[in-house]
Amino acid sequence: MIPAAFDYVRASSAAEAISLIGQHGSDAKFLAGGHSLLPLMKLRLVAPSVLVDVGRITDLSYIKDAGDHIAIGAMTRHMDVEKSAVLAQHAPLLAHAAGYVGDPQVRHRGTIGGSIAHADPASDLPATTLALGATYVVQGPNGTREIPASSFFHGFLQSDLAEDEMLTEIRVPKMNGAGWSFQKFNRRAQDWAIVGVAAWRGSHGSGVALVNMGQTPILASAVSKALAGGASIADAAALAADDAEPSPDNNASVEYRTHLAKVLVRRALEQASA
Amino acid sequence: MQIQVTVNGRKHTSEVEPRTLLVQYVREVLELTGTNIGCDTSSCGACSLHIDGEAVKSCTVLAVQADGANITTIEGMATADGTLHPMQQAFMENHGLQCGYCTPGMVMAATSLLKEIPNPTEEEVRIGLEGNLCRCTGYHNIVKAVLAAAGK
Repeated sequence: MIPAAFDYVRASSAAEAISLIGQHGSDAKFLAGGHSLLPLMKLRLVAPSVLVDVGRITDLSYIKDAGDHIAIGAMTRHMDVEKSAVLAQHAPLLAHAAGYVGDPQVRHRGTIGGSIAHADPASDLPATTLALGATYVVQGPNGTREIPASSFFHGFLQSDLAEDEMLTEIRVPKMNGAGWSFQKFNRRAQDWAIVGVAAWRGSHGSGVALVNMGQTPILASAVSKALAGGASIADAAALAADDAEPSPDNNASVEYRTHLAKVLVRRALEQASA
Repeated sequence: MQIQVTVNGRKHTSEVEPRTLLVQYVREVLELTGTNIGCDTSSCGACSLHIDGEAVKSCTVLAVQADGANITTIEGMATADGTLHPMQQAFMENHGLQCGYCTPGMVMAATSLLKEIPNPTEEEVRIGLEGNLCRCTGYHNIVKAVLAAAGK
């Protein structure tokens, strides 16, 4: 399978990438690691006329301790997120979840920014960063803006990004020793989650987000609210699907997904509270 | 677009269409057909090769993305006199294959794995090869081969 023909240009900085995408209009797409975009192009589900390759912007590949949060450059590869000592110390849930993306070959190419910008509700890192209360930094022709993960995802593969904006940084609050768990239920190791759960619980609250339980990654607010009100893990987990709107597919019906979400949230909270 | 790559130690300059996949480039332009195309959807790992020492699925990389890179394919694993790479030798000695279709990708993924985890447990080998499918062996002898190669 070969993608439809396109023009290819390379950017060496975020500013250049934004200028290039502006010149080429709505039919142009950013190419990072290509592990979400190229499969779609090979299936001819999308056929951009221009690809702006941002994968060589090495300035956007970093993981830095920024005080109360960890700043991650959008072009940081999954493998570098997975193996980061800084993240292992301050946001271990994210490092762990990155190790569940695809397989090692995919993690050598795919980037955290590419995955989040793609806004696939079945991907692991949009939901994980949502659970952690991350902020996304976006650069456009008129400067940068910060978008909370909770208002970034609008629909299936739809985000708050304008056509000429580029996700440049992911800011993840430090977990400060909170317990955490990542649960990914699938049939084969490398597959997308049928349902996944990213959760943390600490002295200052909790965060629970669901993978593949709707058109966007889902923040299970009802669960955190119940926990804050003193509910037991079992009672809170029973509310796991309250904020979700799962769809059926070949792997699971709505009822099965709803059941899985409750079971996986309970397991995640038990592990995070242990 | 013109690209320059080093493949198995040899430099190549080629004119490619931007949509050319790296696996197509390696097989059809460089005529290195040891790298197989299996699923063509970045699931099976048959097309695994190394870019700058790390295994990637070459069906999901554009040749233009590899411009400037150092690429190793299965043809570059044995030495010039035909001495097999220790991983190839281990696959042979442990009968880590049946039909052989997945084998080039398995060898490339396994050598990349051992760079990251030099002395893996059996579980780490199984997880480390999650991106490579074999329809024949049940993986038993593949895992044995990788563990044997790690011990060398």
